[in-house]
Amino acid sequence: MRKLALSDEILLSVEKPARYIGGEVNMQVKDPKKVDIRFCMCFPDVYEIGMSHLGIQILYDIFNRREDTYCERVYSPWIDMDKLMREKKIPLFALESQDPVKDFDFLGITLQYEMCYTNILQILELAQIPIYARDRTEKDPIVIGGGPCSYNPEPIADFFDFFYIGEGETAYNEILDIYKEYKKAGKSRKEYLERVAQIEGMYVPAFYDVSYNEDGTIKSFTRNNEAASLKIKKQVEMNLSEAYYPTKPLVPFIKATQDRVVLEIQRGCIRGCRFCQAGMIYRPTRERSLEYLKKCAYEMLKSTGHEEISLSSLSSSDYSQLQELVYFLIDEFGSKGVNISLPSLRIDAFALDVMSKVQDIRKSSLTFAPEAGSQRLRDVINKNLTEETILDGAMKAFKSGWNQVKLYFMLGLPTETKEDIEGIAVLSDKIAREYYSIPKEERNGKVSITCSTSFFVPKPFTPFQWSRMDRAEEFIEKAYYLKDKINEQLNRKSIKYRWHDPHVTELEGVLARGDRRVSQVIYKAYKAGCIFDAWSEIFNYEKWKQAFEECGLSIEFYNCRERGEDELLPWDFIDIGVKKEFLLREYKRAKAGLTTPNCRQTCFNCGAKVFGGGVCFEDNTSIEAGTGR
Amino acid sequence: MKVRIKFQKYGAMKFIGHLDVMRYFQKAFRRAGFDNEYSKGFNPHQIMSFAAPLGVGLTSDAEYMDISLLSSDEPEIMLERINAVLTEGFRVVDFHILPDAKSNAKTATAMSLLASADYLVSLKDGYMQEGISSRQEFEKAFLAFYESDEIIINKKTKTTEKEVNIKPMISLLAFDEEEYRSRLKPLLEDNIREIKNESCADIYKNDIKVYMQLDTGSSSNLKPELVMEAFCDSQGLEFNKFAWQVHRLEMYARNDKSSKLIPMYALAR
Repeated sequence: MRKLALSDEILLSVEKPARYIGGEVNMQVKDPKKVDIRFCMCFPDVYEIGMSHLGIQILYDIFNRREDTYCERVYSPWIDMDKLMREKKIPLFALESQDPVKDFDFLGITLQYEMCYTNILQILELAQIPIYARDRTEKDPIVIGGGPCSYNPEPIADFFDFFYIGEGETAYNEILDIYKEYKKAGKSRKEYLERVAQIEGMYVPAFYDVSYNEDGTIKSFTRNNEAASLKIKKQVEMNLSEAYYPTKPLVPFIKATQDRVVLEIQRGCIRGCRFCQAGMIYRPTRERSLEYLKKCAYEMLKSTGHEEISLSSLSSSDYSQLQELVYFLIDEFGSKGVNISLPSLRIDAFALDVMSKVQDIRKSSLTFAPEAGSQRLRDVINKNLTEETILDGAMKAFKSGWNQVKLYFMLGLPTETKEDIEGIAVLSDKIAREYYSIPKEERNGKVSITCSTSFFVPKPFTPFQWSRMDRAEEFIEKAYYLKDKINEQLNRKSIKYRWHDPHVTELEGVLARGDRRVSQVIYKAYKAGCIFDAWSEIFNYEKWKQAFEECGLSIEFYNCRERGEDELLPWDFIDIGVKKEFLLREYKRAKAGLTTPNCRQTCFNCGAKVFGGGVCFEDNTSIEAGTGR
Repeated sequence: MKVRIKFQKYGAMKFIGHLDVMRYFQKAFRRAGFDNEYSKGFNPHQIMSFAAPLGVGLTSDAEYMDISLLSSDEPEIMLERINAVLTEGFRVVDFHILPDAKSNAKTATAMSLLASADYLVSLKDGYMQEGISSRQEFEKAFLAFYESDEIIINKKTKTTEKEVNIKPMISLLAFDEEEYRSRLKPLLEDNIREIKNESCADIYKNDIKVYMQLDTGSSSNLKPELVMEAFCDSQGLEFNKFAWQVHRLEMYARNDKSSKLIPMYALAR
């Protein structure tokens, strides 16, 4: 029988012991003594969230297909377990073998959102691995970072041995092959990192030095080791239909956030919304073939026994064969009690037909993400959604029986005025008016509109990466202004308004666009007890504020200034294919209120064509570029 | 058709709560390609019901669940198919298609017929204390506890607290397997077919353990943890809820005419 790292007494004293026992359906079982490489994959948040992440499942499968490698998993112990592990000095262990993570060759940490940064330090400390990469010795695991936040790795650069920039499918086999060779030859950690630095897409922070100007901006970013590249090129898997897809994903015992089969139908997005980082870093848009997806859906439902399948992509409606795929899923699996969930669908006749087939209209709601309240501001952010489209879609849905609408907006977008904010209230009201224009006997009770605003955070590698971000106080002021405006509307009783904690957002801003100096703040905040910052009931703003003060750094510097066009940005050494000139051109078009067509309409020469595939080379795309001036 | 499934729950799976066990089996049936019947409506779910769900931390040789299938292969094949998709800690040991409910109305409510259950309670290694430092000492103390005329405990519910004599709710006591088997036999209906399978109960080096049969069901119910707490209190021992591993051995219905017990798997056979 499998041994467990923790005693019954500990497991029975914590919330959800299933988080720590492993043994799930489709878990890989190998004899650790019979492999050359032990890799521990980490999602630095609680189990239920980490288990819902597709990327780890993909890598888990790729690694474990190698006979010489055993890839296991670890997640952040929840605060109750964290306390017990510290008290009893229990080293953090991997779920599969229940062996201490410190005895592994690698610890790979996925970086999905900035607010998990203190959890990385928790993982390292509980694992008894030195928090700073410079303090690690030959016996410590090599700590790798990857995922979307590694596109600006600087705020956490000091904690990692290297970062893998880009999609994991391409280079990991090489990384592991070399490791095995170097380990056998008895080479040192440093020699290995020097070799890794020569693989495209790998960034070894220790091989670079940063100096700063008096005003705090970056003066220079230079390498101190010849093995390191001056530009780090992001890795892209160009053949998604042949690329390996985990057809036997893990199935947790406890309900995970995604308790369903997740089918990634495409990567990237053709839309080019100017606030969206994913829309830039995953360029070019690449689709998986319909036949391949049908096969995956069938195999995954069979191997997991899940009762629901969800399509994953940034904008499902843009998948060219969406109708065929969705009707196939409904016909093939709908009768077998399988639910089909379709996030990010544009509301049109097809969507309404599908939704009426797969959802209970009384319980489900319509979702729109106009992001901004006025057409002017929607043009600025290049969100290609008009009021007419929203009202038309809502009306069609209302006539089919829906009466719940969710609306998502952002406050604090560049160039935003009071009129734009008021526009959110007006648009919400117009949707309600649309509903009440239906004769009373034909409509389904009252309409319920939930209007949520988040606060805009400028992200690296977006046209808004130079933008000033609002202060928490400005956000709060705007939220109250909007609340008042909603209360002035005719249908105010039908509109519920919700907003996010602006302090978390403020911090997210610093961690997103920060430089290497921010690492001290993260370290101090963590040492002061900050952990699980993405959890609003745990987040402690005061401790963070104090950490900034102690380090002599200011939130203002990172968030509340417009960066200059020729300022050296912390992430400039990364090459995502999309060129900085393109982003700047887009920023200028934004300020001029000019929209940019999507990739399928016209190529605007962003630079992603360099990868030689995807939407850039679809037949219907005009490849002649350069109309973007 | 209604099917009664008997399964074991052991090892790390003792940390999985009842609702998650239900979800686990729903997915397992789908993996095994079972033709489960679903409830009607927009959120259809598999029709299934459990007898006396096991608490977190307990292991069992005899968990029962009734499911509803639209079609089925031979029981042996079904047993093989489901076990092929289960993970360590769950094993189905019996798959029994119940007779049509109309001809035997009783089977439909079998779960409500539940009358008693057998438990093995073992002291986990590392939890010895004065008074129970050897098997002999434990047996002597436990007998002293059991042989008093009344065993009064304070039974607490959410709102009330009342004194209950639990002695009549304990129908069997033994300290090793042989003794347990011989004491059990006269309590059972004659000619009960046995299911041969190895017990999945954890074995501890200290060998301190007790077998008990306790009332289980809607009319009278006694949890083994309460007995152990009463035992410790009566002997002036400190009760540590983590010290005892409770393992369920079997569940029974009572034949009203003969007053004898019938294991759940042998009902309607």
